[in-house]
Amino acid sequence: MTVATAAQAAYLVAALLFVLSLAGLSKHETSRNGVLFGIAGMALALVATIVLALQGMAVLGIILLIVAMAAGGGIGLWRARVVEMTGMPELIALLHSFVGLAAVLVGWNGYLNADAGSLPGIHHAEVCIGVFIGAVTFTGSVVAFLKLSARIKSAPMMLPGRHFLNLGALIAFVVLTAFFVSTPNISILAAVTAVALLLGWHLVASIGGGDMPVVVSMLNSYSGWAAAASGFLLNNDLLIVTGALVGSSGAYLSYIMCKAMNRSFISVIAGGFGVEAGTIAAIEQGEHREITPADTAELLREAESVIITPGYGMAVAQAQYPVAELTKKLRERGVDVRFGIHPVAGRLPGHMNVLLAEAKVPYDIVLEMDEINDDFPHTSVVLVIGANDTVNPAADDPGSPIAGMPVLHVWEAQNVVVFKRSMAVGYAGVQNPLFFKDNSKMLFGDAKERVEDIVRAL
Amino acid sequence: MGRTLGVVTESAAGETRVAATPATVRQLAALGYEVLVETGAGAAASCTDEAYAQAGARIATRGEAWATDVVIKVNPPAEPEIAALHDGATLIGMIGPALRPELVQTLSERPITVLAMDAVPRISRAQSLDVLSSMANIAGYRAVIEAANRFGRFFTGQVTAAGKVPPAKVLVAGAGVAGLAAIATANSLGAVVRATDPRSEVAEQVKSLGGDFLAVDVEQEASTDGYAKATSEAYDRRAAEIYAEQARDVDIIITTALIPGRPAPRLVTKEHVASMRPGSVIVDMAAVQGGNVEGTVAGEVVTTANGVTIIGYTDLPGRLPAQASQLYGTNVVNLLKLLTPGKDGEVVLDFEDVVLRGMTVVRGGETTWPPPKISVSAAPPQQVQKTPEPQKKEQPRRTRHVVVAAAAIALFLLVGFSPNELIGHLTVFALSVVIGFYVIGNVHHALHTPLMSVTNAISGIVVVGALLQIGHSNIVVTVLAAAAVLLASINIFGGFAVTRRMLSMFSRS
Repeated sequence: MTVATAAQAAYLVAALLFVLSLAGLSKHETSRNGVLFGIAGMALALVATIVLALQGMAVLGIILLIVAMAAGGGIGLWRARVVEMTGMPELIALLHSFVGLAAVLVGWNGYLNADAGSLPGIHHAEVCIGVFIGAVTFTGSVVAFLKLSARIKSAPMMLPGRHFLNLGALIAFVVLTAFFVSTPNISILAAVTAVALLLGWHLVASIGGGDMPVVVSMLNSYSGWAAAASGFLLNNDLLIVTGALVGSSGAYLSYIMCKAMNRSFISVIAGGFGVEAGTIAAIEQGEHREITPADTAELLREAESVIITPGYGMAVAQAQYPVAELTKKLRERGVDVRFGIHPVAGRLPGHMNVLLAEAKVPYDIVLEMDEINDDFPHTSVVLVIGANDTVNPAADDPGSPIAGMPVLHVWEAQNVVVFKRSMAVGYAGVQNPLFFKDNSKMLFGDAKERVEDIVRAL
Repeated sequence: MGRTLGVVTESAAGETRVAATPATVRQLAALGYEVLVETGAGAAASCTDEAYAQAGARIATRGEAWATDVVIKVNPPAEPEIAALHDGATLIGMIGPALRPELVQTLSERPITVLAMDAVPRISRAQSLDVLSSMANIAGYRAVIEAANRFGRFFTGQVTAAGKVPPAKVLVAGAGVAGLAAIATANSLGAVVRATDPRSEVAEQVKSLGGDFLAVDVEQEASTDGYAKATSEAYDRRAAEIYAEQARDVDIIITTALIPGRPAPRLVTKEHVASMRPGSVIVDMAAVQGGNVEGTVAGEVVTTANGVTIIGYTDLPGRLPAQASQLYGTNVVNLLKLLTPGKDGEVVLDFEDVVLRGMTVVRGGETTWPPPKISVSAAPPQQVQKTPEPQKKEQPRRTRHVVVAAAAIALFLLVGFSPNELIGHLTVFALSVVIGFYVIGNVHHALHTPLMSVTNAISGIVVVGALLQIGHSNIVVTVLAAAAVLLASINIFGGFAVTRRMLSMFSRS
């Protein structure tokens, strides 16, 4: 057994550990073990690689390696410790951008590191593909990060002929790659990088805030493909396996999110949803009724079963803690309280679950849309906190822009209380007939303060 | 200080209900009223004077209770009672304005305001004050209990050591509130329950309560006001056949068919009754309006020559006095909530509100009955908005086959023309993608965020590439690689740490 074969063996074991890690994350009971598997796999891969790399490495290299790893690890651990759960989407988007940038750097090195091996043509194509995917991931994630952290406006950027810009960038990439394969040249690689950086930027800039769950999982997928491309470039199967695992997982999450909005992946990427229909549909459709926190408390006190359907508004208002307290109080009174989560609620797949978990809401009362949708007719009170499009009955209307989108059937409950800041329309720009139903009442104001009022009244 | 509100003793013979219970008195007081309860008002409903006093009411004489600003009661007032009201008072009770025009006339001769609890428009918002629904609910329940009391057998089927007992068969005619309550009660006692109703849209409700809906397959126009309508001739003929069949088969018939302002329709004839088995029981809940069953005597129990008992009680809700008073009292509270928007004990009669407008029989001595018609949609007429035909079903499947085939050919060509070295990598890649899809497909929805952060961490594996490049002689390569190591390390450490932090927050109840 040489060092090289030992490293290969370690890579294989690490790859299997990664598979086990993802499998473990499918259930709450096994999720912590899943993370341990992942850490073990990563540790194994790192040790094997470092041992391999140390052979014949200069002292400067060793020092750089240690410094870079220590610094990176330190920054990573620090961010992980201090991040707010409401800030998870930003953090994840930022981390995606790092993978993308690292893949770009590895790709460039693959070219500068003149050893093209026995198949220079394929090697150069791999460099181009790796750099391209990495760069798209990098700028795309940076824009997503900026949008999620509200450093730039989350409204979609509408350049004229945006579809042609995207298509043009792809064609330019193919043409430049062909050139690069025939005559490798650093300026062509720079051009590929520039095109990819612009494409990534434009792609995400033209997608609106409400589609962010899809965007983030899509970038997750891209970061995997970028790693896989680096694997091809470096002839490293561990990278290929891991990249493919991550890539397909992100793609699957994107698929779930798209299905939950009844839209195709292409239409999300192309962006601009609801923008045309928004202005015409935003007409008041009747009279809404208001309710006071005290009356809501009264309603809850007499309720047998309550379902809370949170949306992004809950995260914005940081209302998860008072909501958790409300839940606890009601459960102590013997009220059956559950949560109904729409797959695209929040700005990240599973975002609501994490926020509720942070506030110590037990995860077994937090249910998915499909698990809870049949229970609404037997529910006394539904609290809609900061959600709009995901509880819109207009989805049943074939003429509506959100027609066919699966929604939570909250209006079937006996009473619905909608927490909202104003009567403004949701992200899709569609008026919500729920607000004008006879069994629904509006509770205006900041979700956090209103929920606190109710807790006090109880 | 708010106005006074009087809860009076019912004078009608046999009435057991009262318009407020200690629980609702507390709510009335919260609306700003000073509540006076006539002594002994709740005795028949098991509400003692002490309990009322504890709830904050003042126990008063009959005269005091009638001399209040708002008088709440159950039955229509008698002549002397109307005289006892002081000018400007508001009277709330089940007036029955459609059935008693002369009473409305008498009431309007006094400068008072009268609201009829039994004239609540049938719209969802008004459900919380609809006494007809709450009383019908109780009556439906009680009808089954009365039937069970007279029926000489079990309701539920049993297999015992002493032999097998078949379940009782119950037919409920009319699936309104009372009918549905009867269906639910009979079903929970274990009987086989069937139901009929001219409104085919109630079939689902019947099924949801455990009954079988016997459809009369004759066209009927949809109800626009939420109540059943008179039926067509063809319908009646077919319905009669169903009743004839059912009468021979079932053990118990409960009829609930009432049409507002009309005598009750005759559903079960003498012949039907004669065809029933001895020991069968009929409860005619429409007895007060003449009955759905031929031979019903209002308020009485009669037994026919062939041993069928026909119960014609008209006071079914009153046979559950405590329950009926509690629901009635809550309906009254809900009405007063509407009437007292300021919660200050001041009655504000808003005629813009269709609910209040509909219930007001007399306002300040002026007859306001009947109210203008409002169109409501308790059961919305079938919307003719048809969803587009699912004609495209076959199409996507074929396109999908084409796409899969094209992808397979493309992949074949790509791999076929690849050098050996690449084929190995492509194989690993393709299989990993498939494994990835299967592994992720089972992930619990709540774990999507931890999944993303862990995949994020492991996609930091790109560090492996950078590590192998770091010691290179070319200084540019080394620096770039070091930068890549730094970035990927943030991912690896940060990703795993934040995932662990998130997972530690998830807890079970």
